[in-house]
Amino acid sequence: MKTTGIVTGIISNLVTIEVDGPVAQNEICFIDLSGTKMMAEVIKINGKEAFVQVYESTRGLKAGDKAEFQGHMLEIDLGPGILSSIYDGLQNNLETMEGVFLKRGDYTEALNQTKSWDFMPFASVGDEVIAADWLGEVKEGWLPHKIMVPFSFNGSYTVKSIVPAGEYTINDTIAVLTGESGEDFVVTMRQRWPVKVAITKYKDKPRPFRIMETRVRVIDTFNPIAEGGTGFIPGPFGSGKTVLQHAISKQADADVIVFAACGERANEVVEIFTEFPKLEDPRTGRMLMERTSIICNTSNMPVAAREASVYTAMTIGEYYRSMGLKVLLLADSTSRWAQALREMSNRMEELPGADAFPMDLPAIISSFYARAGIVNLNNGETGSVTFIGTVSPAGGNLKEPVTESTKKAARCFFALSQNRADRKRYPAVDPIDSYSKYLEYPEIIADFKKRIGEDWVEKVLRGKNIVLRGKEAYEQINILGDDGVPLEYHKRYWKSELMDFVILQQDAFDKIDANCPMERQSYMYYMALDICEREFEFEGFEECGDFYKKIINTMRQMNYSKFESADFKKYLEQLNNELNNGK
Amino acid sequence: MASKAFQKIYTQLESITKATVALRAQGITNEELATVDGRLAQVVKIKRDLITLQVFAGTEGIPTNAEVVFFGEPPTIKVSDELSGRFFNAYGEPIDNGPFVEGETRYIGGPSVNPYKRMQPSEIIPTGIAGIDLNNTLVSGQKIPFFADPDQPYNQVMAQVALRADVDKIILGGMGLTNDDYLYYKQVFENAGALNKIISFVNTTEQPPVERLLIPDMALTAAEYFAVDKNEKVLVLLTDMTLYADALSIVSNRMDQIPSKDSMPGSLYSDLAKIYEKAVQLPDGGSITIIAVTTLSGGDITHAIPDNTGYITEGQLFLRTDSDTGKVIVDPFRSLSRLKQLVIGKKTREDHNHVMNAAVRLYADAANAKTKMENGFDLSDYDLRCLSFAKDYSNKLLSIEVNINTTEMLDTGWMLFSKYFSKTEVSIKEEITQKYWKN
Repeated sequence: MKTTGIVTGIISNLVTIEVDGPVAQNEICFIDLSGTKMMAEVIKINGKEAFVQVYESTRGLKAGDKAEFQGHMLEIDLGPGILSSIYDGLQNNLETMEGVFLKRGDYTEALNQTKSWDFMPFASVGDEVIAADWLGEVKEGWLPHKIMVPFSFNGSYTVKSIVPAGEYTINDTIAVLTGESGEDFVVTMRQRWPVKVAITKYKDKPRPFRIMETRVRVIDTFNPIAEGGTGFIPGPFGSGKTVLQHAISKQADADVIVFAACGERANEVVEIFTEFPKLEDPRTGRMLMERTSIICNTSNMPVAAREASVYTAMTIGEYYRSMGLKVLLLADSTSRWAQALREMSNRMEELPGADAFPMDLPAIISSFYARAGIVNLNNGETGSVTFIGTVSPAGGNLKEPVTESTKKAARCFFALSQNRADRKRYPAVDPIDSYSKYLEYPEIIADFKKRIGEDWVEKVLRGKNIVLRGKEAYEQINILGDDGVPLEYHKRYWKSELMDFVILQQDAFDKIDANCPMERQSYMYYMALDICEREFEFEGFEECGDFYKKIINTMRQMNYSKFESADFKKYLEQLNNELNNGK
Repeated sequence: MASKAFQKIYTQLESITKATVALRAQGITNEELATVDGRLAQVVKIKRDLITLQVFAGTEGIPTNAEVVFFGEPPTIKVSDELSGRFFNAYGEPIDNGPFVEGETRYIGGPSVNPYKRMQPSEIIPTGIAGIDLNNTLVSGQKIPFFADPDQPYNQVMAQVALRADVDKIILGGMGLTNDDYLYYKQVFENAGALNKIISFVNTTEQPPVERLLIPDMALTAAEYFAVDKNEKVLVLLTDMTLYADALSIVSNRMDQIPSKDSMPGSLYSDLAKIYEKAVQLPDGGSITIIAVTTLSGGDITHAIPDNTGYITEGQLFLRTDSDTGKVIVDPFRSLSRLKQLVIGKKTREDHNHVMNAAVRLYADAANAKTKMENGFDLSDYDLRCLSFAKDYSNKLLSIEVNINTTEMLDTGWMLFSKYFSKTEVSIKEEITQKYWKN
């Protein structure tokens, strides 16, 4: 029998319920507000009193209203049909909701219940299987979507029966499995999984060993992220976090993109689902929306569901990873998630940590980042979840708790700088503060050697040094004046400007420049580094500046031209002439 | 908000703070309204039968035996076409000596629009001010604040923007407006003969600060009526959101909540987002655009109020007095309209993006040259040309006095480029330069 309870207290969306039976931490309950059932999650228990956070507005709720506990944690539906869907933080399908406004207690099915999928079995009767083994597949768009033994199955099972190839809905029986005790279990194409529990039904999780191409130069060339790696993008407002994240989601070398719009602007989500169905995936030629799932809990939607949204997104990512796919998970922004935690912690009158955030914030953040990773599946295939979160530091101060906690958890740091954004140098990733720990991984260095060239990583480090020395020279020039420093300083400065304008800066709104494959990146980078390492003689600093300005302008024109097109070659020739004119 | 029959009256308060009272009562719902000693109050906390009420007008003089009457429902507003041209207080009561408005009763602060049902904003809202139209184009369905120091003429600029904008309704939400500013708005709207499309909800500095908390919801519920039910283009002006946030912090302080940064409540982000996210482009053509004012103290945008606002709104506009020309300009460096990419070069001429970026870059070079000059260094020929350009740019484009259309702004831009620079220095894509360069 289900545990029930009576509402005894209400402060905003924190409700206390006096219960008549056992309740579990994180258990889901439904509170009945004159016939409207509102979902809530237990976040603290004290004697007979359960503290729950309600995923809806509590307006109109009163002491004495009834609640019913469900005996499970917050779960989502996993099955074909997740891709190209738009969900809220609790995996309600926003497309099938009626009316312009969100209604309280309006919960919709995540998956299409009646659609038929073309199923192709892999397993045969008599096969020994364990959780996450592939029983068969359906085509979800163009992606092979594996139908797996549910993750919740422990121990090994024998396939008692499996349906032949054909059309089935997600609720049709696909297979019957016999457990070790002889009991039979029915398997369909859908399964449920609690979002706050990581899916760990794989063989092992090695260190990341290859890079994930994003076609953003400042990332791929200067601060590459590994497939299965983690990174984060902190930056004050207006520094281009969202544009950068959208660029990554459009171009990254991933099979599946899960985008969690967590407590951010609704219009940004609108941009994704307006543009993605029209945009082609540069790799497959299919529409971007076909590989994308959007979890959208915008800033004006209930705060508690905002916290759930990142977990929902991660669980969907892990589900596709189990199929041997490359998943890229983006969350914008994890600060909003942390703020949701803070609001609840505050209402529960917990003793606060720094900036009133809960004390366990660093632990919560790092255990979330730890769910990403590349994994070896039981059948020898690999799958990965690469996670990039944005952080919105209060006041642009990178010393605040969310940024600091995330810095400990994530391996790539793409710091957006206000200064660069003010000077319209986009993407405003600070070339000096940002880093990628993966550049130190021997596995990744080996991957670059194979992909690009023996000397790649070493040359990247040389380029970083040019940028750093240019910055130092610039500071000296500013202090001592153009005439007050040796010409050498101007040369250093202009070389770093060349790196900045040609490699680091990239026009996200230009079709060609925005999308820069690794091959093109390495071509341009080798050329830029080569020019920077050549020595030219100048009469004075003005001649020096003019010379490099010309070079920069020509190379930027190359960036805007189709790779190796007639235009591109024309500018290349122009560049060579300009270089030959130098002394 | 008249009282109804069969209401139970409570007369025993358990506790009183500066902004709240608590009493024992049965069957009370969260967020419902009540009157305490005749003053409007709202339920903010329920602990079994102990009900805490936030009294909007403050609790000065309320005795422990004050009469408390519950309404059984949250704050409401009556919506109909009769709202047009009227002035109301924070409770939605007329303050222009006109009659009460008849119409459908709606709860204020209602639910959010399903994000999937939103349309992508795509219509430009021209204002004639180049600092906005050229550099930071406004789009219908956008939400954007002016970040301004208290001494800057933000109310004047906002009134000017409102009157030039091509919209069906303008709704003013005035929070902590000085009486002078309130009268200024009233006069400007009347003089423009635009009164019939303007609705105002005003809380002046003479009224209790906590009342302000109702203003944005009142204004936006009215806006939703015109945008959703009537498919109209609505522009909502909210001034001053800093005073709104201050009122939030007063209430949270009285309720013993732990403050976060700058003694603001931990929920400040969500509280502000609930208001700003009402900006929307609806599928049937209606839209709500929000232009707000957030006053800064000493230009500090890292303070919790402007900081959280910046993360919620789609850009921000900075006003600044340009010391070289003495004009109030929209600062091209710090201002930003996030939605401008949706319209520039699409609803405006193709060279818009290029002209905008090049001009700002050259203006930045001028700023560098100025620093050099101030530090006593020699200026190069390029530096000098940048400085002259900056003066012209400030006078002819950035100044808020400018009132021309976007095409004229672009032509002015090209005119200035060719006057002071070579094509290489302007460095715009070749095909665009060839087409528009003024010889």
